[in-house]
Amino acid sequence: MDPIEQASHAPDQNMLSVVKRQRIQDFFFHKITLSFSLLVLFALLGIIISLLINAWPALAKFGFQFIWRVEWDIVNEEFGAAIAIFGTLVSALIALLIAVPLSFGIALFLTETCPTALRRPLGTAIELLAAVPSIIYGMFGLFIFAPLFAEYGQPALQSTLGQMPLIGKLFGGAMNGVGILAAGIVLAFMIVPFIAAVMRDVFEIVPPILRESAYGLGCTTWEVVRNIVLPYTQNGVIGGVMLGLGRALGETMAVTFVIGNSQRLSASLFSPGTTIASTLANEFGEAADFHLSTLFALGFLLFVITFIVLSAAKIMLIRAEKAKGTKT
Amino acid sequence: MDLKIYKRRQLANRIGLTLSMSAMGLGLFVLLWILFVLLSNGLAALDWAMFTQSTPAPGSEGGGLANAIVGSLMMVLGTAFVSTPIGIFAGVYLAEYGDQSKTAELTRFVTDIMLSAPSIVLGLFVYAVLVAQVQHFSGWAGSLALSLIAVPVVVRTTENMLRLVPGSLREAAFALGAPRWKVATFITLRAAKSGVMTGLLLALARISGETAPLLFTALNNQFFSTNMNAPMANLPVVIFQFAMSPYDNWVRLAWGGALLITLTVLILNILARVFFREKAQG
Repeated sequence: MDPIEQASHAPDQNMLSVVKRQRIQDFFFHKITLSFSLLVLFALLGIIISLLINAWPALAKFGFQFIWRVEWDIVNEEFGAAIAIFGTLVSALIALLIAVPLSFGIALFLTETCPTALRRPLGTAIELLAAVPSIIYGMFGLFIFAPLFAEYGQPALQSTLGQMPLIGKLFGGAMNGVGILAAGIVLAFMIVPFIAAVMRDVFEIVPPILRESAYGLGCTTWEVVRNIVLPYTQNGVIGGVMLGLGRALGETMAVTFVIGNSQRLSASLFSPGTTIASTLANEFGEAADFHLSTLFALGFLLFVITFIVLSAAKIMLIRAEKAKGTKT
Repeated sequence: MDLKIYKRRQLANRIGLTLSMSAMGLGLFVLLWILFVLLSNGLAALDWAMFTQSTPAPGSEGGGLANAIVGSLMMVLGTAFVSTPIGIFAGVYLAEYGDQSKTAELTRFVTDIMLSAPSIVLGLFVYAVLVAQVQHFSGWAGSLALSLIAVPVVVRTTENMLRLVPGSLREAAFALGAPRWKVATFITLRAAKSGVMTGLLLALARISGETAPLLFTALNNQFFSTNMNAPMANLPVVIFQFAMSPYDNWVRLAWGGALLITLTVLILNILARVFFREKAQG
């Protein structure tokens, strides 16, 4: 072979081997990082499968009826999830009714009327509210809020809303502070920061030109928010609300402290109740055999419900994100 | 006539904005109220014995939270060891290869759901796969349950922080012939270091106060123990048990623990923010 050609090939050989080595390294890098992210997927699958396996004895015995059976008799092993599901849904609904307007107000204030210098510290304060552990909300609810609620809140509600036809029954009964309504209110304070943070973020993606055009036409701040910002950010706002709902449904500690923990169904929101999560927290420690399997079935139901709500929230938020990409 | 409409619009505006301001006020009020309640009840319980003595037996006087504090610290550290590598590697994958693959899209979706999944169900899962198999509660089981909460937080913040690194930096490295793994680890990850730290701190803050997943995994331990393979005392579960108890000194300790946990969580959160702001400026 030509010596000159050989000389020019020598470094190439060297480079080729480096490139080859790097290819192999890159291949492994890809596979290793991929396997770590697959780990997260498998964790989710594992959760669903293991819950289902452990819940199977209960689900096989009661079938779909498990969802609307009202019995919760540990001694005779007659179980139904209706009371826990009812408590979970009602307390989360109350929380949403209170939290959505509050979070909307906070997000509106932070994006429209707040002086720029205060925006950061106030926003941080709301985020810190989200960081407070749920057990603290529970203690706060039990020791501070419930006594005040029994003394002032519940009599006030009973003498006003309680006198109305139809909904009057909701506010009847003994007033001892703890109960489904109290749990809903404590939950509301817990989820306000989550919803407010999402709403603030989506309000900020509204293109300034839309806002300014509306102001230019003479709209008031309130009208800009109602007619421009809200319609534009609809998906994101709904996504944020659903995210809050998901949190409220699965919350354990804050609820366990204030809901009263009783497996009874009552028309009054003042009466104690239970949620899926608080039933698990209270009974799992002492449960065995079939009772244990029922609790797994409850956990499975809770996971499925929150999974659906959170997926819907995520899809709405992805849509909101896409709108940001196309319209600005 | 016109003036009437104008007046009504202004009135609506004023009512709306006042309500929004009062919502903000209420939010701040609740935060301050919670802090005030914690300080006024918790400070009374803070004394030297709280850090040196273990949790008291039912009916006995005094006692502290030493075993619970150590247990919580060990479990949180254990969680950090488990979730840091998993979270960072998965985050790197999402940022590096996330644009072309369906797996990445699915992973992102699942992590976002796991971020808000009910924590008590994660405890059930760990009970089923670990505690029920080895027949005893343990600190490791608690750490594992906490990791299931921490990993999604680390994954998502790592990915977001890596995506903030300017593309020109990566391209410059590629142009010099650096392989992908070197670009990802020595260029992007290094540039996003403080952002990734923020994610870790936020994850630790998130799990420090988690109670529900520990109820059926680490359980509790009345005595001082550093054995991660045995039931382990931890602050959240101790607070839960003591707060609902009829003993005065137990309730007092619960408030002390609650103050300790909240301060830790808030300080971690503020630290995370300071970290990130420094990065944004530098």
